Amino acid sequence: METKVMNCIMCPMGCEMTVTMEHGKFISVTGNTCPRGAKYAEQEVTDPKRMLTTTVRVHGGLLPLLPVVSADVLPKGRVKDCVDCLRRVEVQAPVQAGDVVVKDILGLGVDILASRDMESVVS
Amino acid sequence: MEQYDVVIVGGGPGGLSAAYSAYENGARKILVLERDRELGGILQQCIHNGFGLHHFKQELTGPGYADRCIALIKDKPEITCLVDTMVLEVKDDKTVTAVNPEKGLFTVQGKTVILTMGCRERTRGAIRTAGERPAGIFTAGAAQRMVNMEGYLPGKKIVILGSGDIGLIMARRMTLEGCKVQAVCEICPYSNGLTRNMVQCLYDFDIPLYLSHTILKIKGKDRVEGVTIAKVDEKMRPIPGTEFEIECDTLLLSVGLIPENELSRVAGVEIAPFTNGPKVDQHRQTNLPGIYAAGNVVHVHDLVDFVSDEADIAGKFAALEAQGKLAPTVQTVAVRPVDGVRTCVPQVLHLPEGGEATRLFMRVGAPARKVTLEVKCGGEVLVKRVFPVVKPSEMITLDLPAAKTALMSGEITVGLKQA
Repeated sequence: METKVMNCIMCPMGCEMTVTMEHGKFISVTGNTCPRGAKYAEQEVTDPKRMLTTTVRVHGGLLPLLPVVSADVLPKGRVKDCVDCLRRVEVQAPVQAGDVVVKDILGLGVDILASRDMESVVS
Repeated sequence: MEQYDVVIVGGGPGGLSAAYSAYENGARKILVLERDRELGGILQQCIHNGFGLHHFKQELTGPGYADRCIALIKDKPEITCLVDTMVLEVKDDKTVTAVNPEKGLFTVQGKTVILTMGCRERTRGAIRTAGERPAGIFTAGAAQRMVNMEGYLPGKKIVILGSGDIGLIMARRMTLEGCKVQAVCEICPYSNGLTRNMVQCLYDFDIPLYLSHTILKIKGKDRVEGVTIAKVDEKMRPIPGTEFEIECDTLLLSVGLIPENELSRVAGVEIAPFTNGPKVDQHRQTNLPGIYAAGNVVHVHDLVDFVSDEADIAGKFAALEAQGKLAPTVQTVAVRPVDGVRTCVPQVLHLPEGGEATRLFMRVGAPARKVTLEVKCGGEVLVKRVFPVVKPSEMITLDLPAAKTALMSGEITVGLKQA
């Protein structure tokens, strides 16, 4: 049996929770004041996920960078790999908000989308 | 001189929301003046997500939120937006003088004016830290603009002073860009950011957070080389003997925001203490008739959603006044924060016959659990709401029903009581 202390992020209460695990498996949680906390705690110790936002290079646009966002949450442990992959991506303006910049990034089943429009600028 | 129903100073989320609301409420000639090269304000550099859950009922990135605001007013012939346009003066007769590369210097007249200039960051000068004047000291927001919009990094080894949300967000952003964030240092015994940001921006990357610590000295002559940090006591005085050093080439400051009210002051707008923004009524009208204000220029918000909500109010009533449809005031009531409530907007209510439904936006002075927020008039509790937890970093709201406001006279107080 091992325990892990964590803060809930589901609401401003920020409950401090203690999760009990055995061989990496979720057993129980204490300290939460609502069911959302329990669900978050289990997800967080078994399969933590995060949204990813970063930028990619854009050519011919108003700005040199295009902000991008993952269409869904990604495994927390792969966020850094995704950023490294996106560092090498370059796109051409114009771009529309919601355009797919990278499809199915690293085979994780999640697309990377443009966060905003980027009109092209004739220089 | 060109005439408008509503002239709006600033094209960030506040100005854009105000413009759309003014349009929706019948104004037919609206002008938005923005000094940056594009609309959207600070949202364009806040590329992280978490915006819009309240106002658009959808989780958006900063640029995504800006796009939504821009889409609402785009292609409407009633709304003109001028970018690259710096407003130089607003006068109490509601004339606005601005300059841009196309029109040169020009003056327009509004039936009403809405001030939505937002806020700016406190800088090193505001926190009086000893040391030379080396390169490598930036406000967190300036660094954010460099990294997210301009495409270069301010440095490689970073220390961040202040644990507000901008500081926390930048700790993650710099780490993802390959920098080493050595520490985040916070003078308060608690973080001033959201728990969500503490977890996802610091703990996820094992970035050390020093609570009750401050920076005594910035080392380095031409470039920052490190900082001297010390623990502080409960009065925020450094404790001798607790000093230690952290090596870094860059210091980011996330030490608070100041509403940007130079134009307001020159116009003669009365500025309220503590919020450092215009004193406004529930319509967001300032002490100057026909001049309204909303968003971070009035008081610093933690959620852009609340900025939009507040700008909706200002836009609506500025539009109604421009059309001569504003109901006359029969009762003026002062709003005074007491007992643990540090600030409350609006500061005054101008109530029509029968009262008017009003939302109060407040900040508390210190974190507390299980408290009751009470609105009192003449010793009697008119409205109350229980909060399981309150923090200085999270704005709280309370809705006053019209029927309750009809009972008010003179002054109301807004205070906390332990539940």
